[in-house]
Amino acid sequence: MNFKHKYVFLFPGLFVLIGILIFPIIFTIRLSLSGWNSYTPEMNFIGITNYIRLFTDDPRFWESFFRLSFLSVSTVILQYIIGFALALMVWREIKFKRFFRVIFLIPMMTTPVIMTVIWRTFFHESLGPVNDLLGHIGIGPILWLSDPVIAKFTVIIVEVWQWTPFMFLLLLAGLLSLPKEPFLAAAIDGASTFRKFVYVTFPLMAPISIGAIIIRLIEASKIMDTVFVLTSGGPGTATETSSFYIYIKGLREFQMGYAATLSFTYLVIMIISLTIIAKVLTKLMIKE
Amino acid sequence: MEKLYKILKYTFITLWTVFIVAPFLWAVSTSFKDFQSVNSKVTYIPWLDFEPTLEGWRVLVKSPARGGVDIVEPYFNSIFVTCTASLISIILGTLAAYALSRFTFKAGFVRNNDITFFFISQRIMPPIVLSIPFFIFLSTIGLLDSLLGLVVVYIVLLMPIAVWIMVDFFNRVPKELDETALIDGCNPYQAFYKVVLPNSIPGLIVAGMFCIIFGWIDFFFAFILTFTEVQLLPVKVVALNSSITPWWSLSASALISVAPLIIVAFVVERYLSKGNLSGALK
Repeated sequence: MNFKHKYVFLFPGLFVLIGILIFPIIFTIRLSLSGWNSYTPEMNFIGITNYIRLFTDDPRFWESFFRLSFLSVSTVILQYIIGFALALMVWREIKFKRFFRVIFLIPMMTTPVIMTVIWRTFFHESLGPVNDLLGHIGIGPILWLSDPVIAKFTVIIVEVWQWTPFMFLLLLAGLLSLPKEPFLAAAIDGASTFRKFVYVTFPLMAPISIGAIIIRLIEASKIMDTVFVLTSGGPGTATETSSFYIYIKGLREFQMGYAATLSFTYLVIMIISLTIIAKVLTKLMIKE
Repeated sequence: MEKLYKILKYTFITLWTVFIVAPFLWAVSTSFKDFQSVNSKVTYIPWLDFEPTLEGWRVLVKSPARGGVDIVEPYFNSIFVTCTASLISIILGTLAAYALSRFTFKAGFVRNNDITFFFISQRIMPPIVLSIPFFIFLSTIGLLDSLLGLVVVYIVLLMPIAVWIMVDFFNRVPKELDETALIDGCNPYQAFYKVVLPNSIPGLIVAGMFCIIFGWIDFFFAFILTFTEVQLLPVKVVALNSSITPWWSLSASALISVAPLIIVAFVVERYLSKGNLSGALK
């Protein structure tokens, strides 16, 4: 086959993507070296002043980053456990299998911000149903959105509701693609349900699990929509994630230069940490 | 032991189903309330707890001048942007995925896998990182606050998904298929168009659904890159939230915004049960 044809297939997509992205990335790097803000909206050059400020004088960014790590890692772990459990339960024959599969998929089809608007009324401290129902069984009003610690868990609940279906979908698709022979062999050996899971299902699912966890971590590291509507980063900065902090700096306080510094640093940290996590997970879960 | 497991299983499934359905039920109930039944005490069941009204739903089609919300235009904007960006992403992504699955590329240390990874890794990019340069970029070329500008941005969001799903899918379409077509005298484009594509329809549908989902649910870019001229659905609904919170129309508009994609859940399930997804999503 003539080798030139392959470029005709590849290049349109590749160049459109690079074409759209190249400007923003170069621009972000250049902007991060400038002092662009609402007083001096111009591309001056101030060297690495912004980076020095970030690494020496901005605990709020690092706090928001650790908060983000906590939120994304804990939601993804919960999503993995629940998603895997749900996938295992509707994998084989159960009653109303297809009905449950559809129900379990629905939340990921709904727009996060819009559902969060509903969640906000749902968790409303005096007019929402959660506190009302809890009140009937004698549990006092819980400050779902205005207590710094509980607000984090509210965000986690909403994120788990929203995205467990995605994990469920990836894992169920994986389970359905597994070969039948190992399970037959285990059945002939008379293995119990539990042992079958530990020695057959789980090892076979390891590569798919890693893929699913990484994909979810990538998406979870962008937590923003939920926080934006549910708590606006509050109370105080209790639920502020990196994206939200950058948003405040850049598009509310118009410190564009500094926001670009934050963005670029954030992106580099994300790429490095996701690569490390992928390597570590592969080592932990796939035993030769 | 087996019996205990079964009880636990059904309990867990039931509880999870309740958890998933709860916000929808609450929203449906709230959408029929009026000021009195939202603000006096928490009410659940129409007729029993409160007197239902259709006010929340009526507001949606009234023009803003007459105290309405008018979500019809944002609705069509959202449909247009999502579908256009998905279509472009699918076309370009499918072509690129076919190339990456069938041919070998070498440029320096870059191999096929690296190019595939480059495509997919665009998902890592946090929206906020792109939004500031896009904001300035689009305002320079005059596309800020326009549908076209959003389509351009959404291509970046969606093409990685199309490439990710289609590369895996093409890898499972046997190579002999195109080889036979080439021997029969097709050129590579005909082989792709007449032989490979018709055999990839399940993959294309899955990729298309995922593009539509992730296009439809995006909020952040729409929020930052548009103001008054064009509004997308999520932005419109969230704007309602920040005003004096008429929960009834808020719930009604939220329900009507998430409704179309719930149909997608049925389609996804169908493909899942037929086994078409298993390969496409690995």
